[in-house]
Amino acid sequence: MNFPILSSLILLPTIGALFLFFIKEKEGNNTTIKYVSLFTTIVNFLISIYLWIAFDQSTSSFQFIEDRTWIEGFINYKVGVDGISILFIILTTFITPLCIISVNNSVKNRLRDFLIAILIMESLMIGVFCALDLVVFYLFFEAGLIPMFLIIGIWGGERRVYSAFKFFLYTLLGSVLMLVAIISIYWITGTTDVVQLYEIGIDVKYQNLLWLAFFSSFAVKTPMWPVHTWLPDAHVEAPTAGSVLLAAILLKMAGYGFIRFSLGLFPVASEVFTPLIYTLSVIAIIVTSLIALMQEDMKKLIAYSSVAHMGFVTLGIFTLQQQGIEGSIIQMISHGLVSAALFLTVGVVYDRMHSRLISTYGGLVSVIPKYSILFMLFALASLGLPGTSGFIGEFLILMGAFKDNFLVAVIASIGVILGAAYMLWLYKRVVFGKLINQDLKKILDLNRSEYFILSCLAGPILFFGFYPDPLINTIEVSVTDLINMHNTNIASK
Amino acid sequence: MENLNLILPEIFISLSIMFLLILGVFKNDSSKITFNLSLFAILITAIITINETFSVSRETLFNESVVIDHMSSLMKIITLIGGFLVLVISSTYLRTFKIFNIEYPVLILSSILGMMVMISSNDLIVFYMGLELQSLALYVLATYNRDQIKSSEAGLKYFVLSALSSGLLLYGCSLVYGFSGSTNFDIISNQLNSKEYVLTFGIVFILVGLAFKISAVPFHMWAPDVYEGSPTTVTLFFTIVPKIAALTVFIRFLYVPFLNLIDQWQMIIVFLSIASMIFGAVAAIGQTNIKRLIAYSSISHIGYTLAGLATASNEGIQSSIIYISIYVVMNLALFSSLLMLRRKDQYYEDIDDLSGLSKNHPLLSLCLLLILFSLAGIPPLAGFFAKFYVFKAVLEQSMYFLAIVGLLSTVIAAFYYLRIIKIMYFDEEKDKYDTEHSLWLKFSLTVSTILILVYFIFPSQLIELVSRINII
Repeated sequence: MNFPILSSLILLPTIGALFLFFIKEKEGNNTTIKYVSLFTTIVNFLISIYLWIAFDQSTSSFQFIEDRTWIEGFINYKVGVDGISILFIILTTFITPLCIISVNNSVKNRLRDFLIAILIMESLMIGVFCALDLVVFYLFFEAGLIPMFLIIGIWGGERRVYSAFKFFLYTLLGSVLMLVAIISIYWITGTTDVVQLYEIGIDVKYQNLLWLAFFSSFAVKTPMWPVHTWLPDAHVEAPTAGSVLLAAILLKMAGYGFIRFSLGLFPVASEVFTPLIYTLSVIAIIVTSLIALMQEDMKKLIAYSSVAHMGFVTLGIFTLQQQGIEGSIIQMISHGLVSAALFLTVGVVYDRMHSRLISTYGGLVSVIPKYSILFMLFALASLGLPGTSGFIGEFLILMGAFKDNFLVAVIASIGVILGAAYMLWLYKRVVFGKLINQDLKKILDLNRSEYFILSCLAGPILFFGFYPDPLINTIEVSVTDLINMHNTNIASK
Repeated sequence: MENLNLILPEIFISLSIMFLLILGVFKNDSSKITFNLSLFAILITAIITINETFSVSRETLFNESVVIDHMSSLMKIITLIGGFLVLVISSTYLRTFKIFNIEYPVLILSSILGMMVMISSNDLIVFYMGLELQSLALYVLATYNRDQIKSSEAGLKYFVLSALSSGLLLYGCSLVYGFSGSTNFDIISNQLNSKEYVLTFGIVFILVGLAFKISAVPFHMWAPDVYEGSPTTVTLFFTIVPKIAALTVFIRFLYVPFLNLIDQWQMIIVFLSIASMIFGAVAAIGQTNIKRLIAYSSISHIGYTLAGLATASNEGIQSSIIYISIYVVMNLALFSSLLMLRRKDQYYEDIDDLSGLSKNHPLLSLCLLLILFSLAGIPPLAGFFAKFYVFKAVLEQSMYFLAIVGLLSTVIAAFYYLRIIKIMYFDEEKDKYDTEHSLWLKFSLTVSTILILVYFIFPSQLIELVSRINII
């Protein structure tokens, strides 16, 4: 057995958190805890990069597998990665250190507790992406509720309690049905090991109900229309770092879940319910884009745009085409980077002005040019301008959709136009125009750490926009194999 | 000659009770020494139980009226450990209210003795004797803080309602005896068949009586009042120890004498389970007193344990036993932290008193946070696994309705646990509480919280222990 690299990825942040727990917090002096957490997450990022380098792109089977007995004769602790999950792991380990750097500016009280919550969150999210056993997956998936509840509730804005409760109860409600489904799968097939389940398959007569149970959980977490309402509330009230984690990684758990479990385990049911997903996705894209147009609050606008983007993702996944699924994965990665960047840019001005209302701003370009340029880049990436990573994802998804269902693709394309409309209008109102609010004259441009974080995010957005091959090469074999498996399953039924 | 070694624990504990009573009468100022000796007695009883009975797979004594098997020995040990910890953390509380007398440990010991008899009973009469012994001790314990009206009221209420339920139980027993011609469980099991309709009444009466003892809905009405009125340490005793014994008896009744009548009782248990889960979750939402809230939450936890029993399978019974063991640990932790809310000899038990606790007492509130999330059943804490095993057993029997209702009521229940967490973590702080606590209180809080937290690393041990229990 080789070095358990995945387990160390999962454990390292928790160990860091434990370490923080035992450091005494001194008044006004937080450098130690910041450096400890930063160090842990950066080491974790480096390990994940090593994982990517060592990863064999030519096979679709799971790699770096660890398999240990956990509950005698029932559940094994099994983790492993394939081309699909590895990208999400890297996204997680990449975003978390940036969150921690950004904490400097936004979180004032109980910094240590906040960092502990973030580190534990990282552990759990990595766990979700590499779990190869349904129960282990569920454990990581649900455990994330605890730190996120605290992050929103303790460090959030005015209506934080309401949002924290809404977030927690919505997601819990969705997930308990998934738990019923997972246990039922165990009794139907005798295992909860995903790799084995891929091989045996699940009897067709159960698939529809099980699919719906998983769907109820993933739909809330994605979030899909009409159960998306927790997201704007949670985002608006969460501190910047919390919003970033939520948008960049938490939402991806459900998209990943759809690909790994809904498609992989229930191929027949996935075909049956494709119209449902199409309808909900298209409604999400159009309706939430229109809602986003009406928003007065910047964070809310970006939150609604997240719902719309996730609508593209679900649409792409259920096209069941190579391009569609690849597009969805790239869209998720890209949205992870872009939405993180957008929340951070909003965070930058919020820290200075303490207002998220669009009407507070206007004419920023003349006072803080560096900020305005980066903001423009992210806004354009969000609307999917060619040359940014957002374009690759959306383009591939629409390509897949056109192959499968012309009407849906046309309506989704309208969503792209709406996306451009609300992003550009937001940018215009915030950055251009006359500088009316006199307080804005004194606003400072990006400081060093903010500049560093935002450039870190801008780099990959541009790079993968021009050269998406590293991403596509990683996922290609796995996706092809997934689709082949799907088709043979369908054909045999 | 019977092998008396098997009931050595019961013999030892009854001798200790007599000795302690005599000591208390003849020696002045003996409350402290009785207290310590009774702790010692419980420990020795536990050791004897482990030594003499733990490896016995099934033996009967006294014309098969007493049974020693894996279930009885495990449940006795849990009872004894629970009793020990309750006793050990109650001393400061009792001293504060100036009720640190010799009666308290003696009453606890005698109720434990009653429970041990109940757990081992294989005969209607032995069972009833044990039940009455423990109930009588509990009535007195409920009124133990006799200067307070609330405590006396709780005791009276408990006495009246409990006597009523004992009456029903006894009536049920006599019906069953009438139809089977014996009081022995094994003989009853062979004699009974489902054709006798009046017999169903007997079963229903017995189940009602037992449901009352474990406070399952709709026979729960006494629980919130009694829990609120009794001294906190007695409430702690009520919420864990008698439940273990009553659950064992419940299992014994359902799966030994009434095994052939599954069709008759399964619906009843499913109903009790669903009603308790939902009612416990909904009714707790409006509570402002922590002890009342715990009463409702324990009602809903009993609902989950009953869900395991309703499955009529060994896995179900085992999952119920796992559930109750984890529940004991969680409740112990919860009450230990509740007993720490003390300021200048006054104990606080309103939810609002927890306001902003996390700022003044970060460690205590972290423990409470974990305990509450565990009670709500959020992974990876122990409470999740308790529910997980129960629903695993329930789904094995394809009882989807029960499973889905149960899990949905966990979402409702999550709301009021979250409310407490919200008050602790998100609200404004109040005055500090005392930080000086007895070593045992700290010990029990730390150990039980750590158990809750790290249970997911070693889940197999408990399962292994319980998997020896095969009733059917």
